[in-house]
Amino acid sequence: MNWVLENISFIASLLTDHIVFSLVPVVIGLVIAVPLGWLANRAGFGRAVVVNLAGLLYTIPSLALFVFLPVILGTGILDPINVIVALSVYTVALLVRTVADALEAVPPLVVDAATAMGFTPFRRFVAAELPISVPVILAGVRVAAVSSISLVTVGSVIGFGGLGQMFTDGFQRSITAEVVAGIVLVVVLALVVDGLLLLIGRMLTPWDRTARAVAQGATA
Amino acid sequence: MIEFRGVTKRFPDGTVAVDDLDLVVDSGRITVFVGPSGCGKTTSLRMINRMIEPSGGTISVEGKDIMSRDAAELRRGIGYVIQQAGLFPHRTILDNIATVPLLLGWNKKQARERAAELMDTVGLAPEMAKRYPAQLSGGQQQRVGVARALAADPPVLLMDEPFSAVDPIVRETLQDELLRLQGELGKTIVFVTHDIDEAIKLGDKVAVFRTGGKLAQYDEPGVLLSRPADDFVDSFVGRDRGYRGLGFLSSDGLPIGDLPVVAIGDRMPTDGWALVVDGERRPLGWVARGTGTVYEDALVPGGSLYDAGAGSLRAALDAALSSPSGRGVAVDGDGRVLGSIGADDVLRGLADSREADGAPGADVGRPVTDTDAADRVG
Ligand SMILES: Nc1ncnc2c1ncn2[C@@H]1O[C@H](COP(=O)(O)OP(=O)(O)OP(=O)(O)O)[C@@H](O)[C@H]1O
Ligand SMILES: [Mg+2]
Repeated sequence: MNWVLENISFIASLLTDHIVFSLVPVVIGLVIAVPLGWLANRAGFGRAVVVNLAGLLYTIPSLALFVFLPVILGTGILDPINVIVALSVYTVALLVRTVADALEAVPPLVVDAATAMGFTPFRRFVAAELPISVPVILAGVRVAAVSSISLVTVGSVIGFGGLGQMFTDGFQRSITAEVVAGIVLVVVLALVVDGLLLLIGRMLTPWDRTARAVAQGATA
Repeated sequence: MIEFRGVTKRFPDGTVAVDDLDLVVDSGRITVFVGPSGCGKTTSLRMINRMIEPSGGTISVEGKDIMSRDAAELRRGIGYVIQQAGLFPHRTILDNIATVPLLLGWNKKQARERAAELMDTVGLAPEMAKRYPAQLSGGQQQRVGVARALAADPPVLLMDEPFSAVDPIVRETLQDELLRLQGELGKTIVFVTHDIDEAIKLGDKVAVFRTGGKLAQYDEPGVLLSRPADDFVDSFVGRDRGYRGLGFLSSDGLPIGDLPVVAIGDRMPTDGWALVVDGERRPLGWVARGTGTVYEDALVPGGSLYDAGAGSLRAALDAALSSPSGRGVAVDGDGRVLGSIGADDVLRGLADSREADGAPGADVGRPVTDTDAADRVG
């Protein structure tokens, strides 16, 4: 405990790094995944290609990605850009399928009615298909965020910042308190982010809760 | 006016859903497309707003070829109501109704005011405004669907089996309200159903389709019942068509006979039946011959009433058949008793009108006019 108090500013800077490294890629990944998911859902044949390609990306080991990205991007070995890009790739890989599935689950009747009312495809996507997909997409974002938070610790092993440094540093210098504090902080961060996302989702989709409450009432 | 000229729809798999359709939908009227499942009703309807593109022929709305217009823009000017409403689950009822005005660029406040107005028009309580579609019953959702279609006040309304997913009682209410609304709004409505009774009740004109997308007959409902074009239409129109056809013939001019009336507290009739009326000559029920005075518990519920001025032969006949005394009660427009009629009077009136057929002054059996529409029961 003493160790933690003595190094509070060091820990705070690691925590900040960790948040940036893990969550910026989630935002970037989501922004890329939405149009890709839309494309996948639109083109029947393209769907399999896009979704499978994205799935393939996810199977690349994270360590390998961290090591090879500098070669591909021409960045420095320990440039934080590498982490951001690598984790954005994973987020895209995770979310493309989620977005495509979510869009596919939008009731065709609703899409049809929107078209018949005179929505152009783009406006219909923004006004109806995307918002109706939010609950499903958000569930995917929560998974992506938590896995991103844990993947940042892998980056720490090869020297990137973030709370993972507390593991490597603590092991090397045999400071148990540092290792334990690192683990606890990562877990707490994941829980807090997950909880916040859940909350944001609730605020964005008041209709979803009422719909589910009605459905439950009906089966009760 | 919506005009189909030689319209054909062949789907990529070779199915001919609509075959060389020529048809004119009158402005300000309800035109019903009816026919067995798969006969091309929905396809014909959806070609009007270009949800399906015709493979041959032309369709024009108010004289303009629909293919010459931008599809999205065309659709904003045509209301569309479908089965199960297809409401946006993520928007409140008010915002669902405001959809098309917002698409047309109205500001939010205007659009919502208009939506609130329409909730009232279609009979939705104001407190529903903030609810989501999942919190409404099927019948209420259907009302929202109608309100949404009307929001931007389009001259044309397309309705594809809008009432077929609700129970019969609600359906009947919704049908009645559509007729009432139409009385106020005078839209050009194309209404698709596979239910011939609904078609006859709602339609100013009815187009009967046969399988293969061919138009079998296009006429006013009374004509459909009295003169079906062929065996297909005859069997599709179904049983009791002679009786249902009476719904389209006026009861005006039937000889209304005397009717003994009494009030509560009067002496009981010494012979046969008497109709008990209130202070304004409105019927309360019947009493049979007896002793003492008429008291409330002695009343036998009456049958249906018919409006002597605006009723149909069907209403008159039903009044006679459903009355415990065998005498149908004729009332005036305010529901006051005028007299009575027997089933034989109705049949004689019908026979006379057949003989006179079209002779001037022969009121009995003349087609029921629009103001009598409320009396048409399917
Ligand atoms: N997209 C499509 N591709 C191929 N065939 C189709 C398509 N849509 C409809 N059909 C066929 O066209 C015919 C007419 O269909 P339509 O939906 O117009 O019938 P309907 O009269 O509305 O029937 P229902 O009362 O069952 O709704 C049917 O045989 C149907 O199977
Ligand atoms: Mg149909």
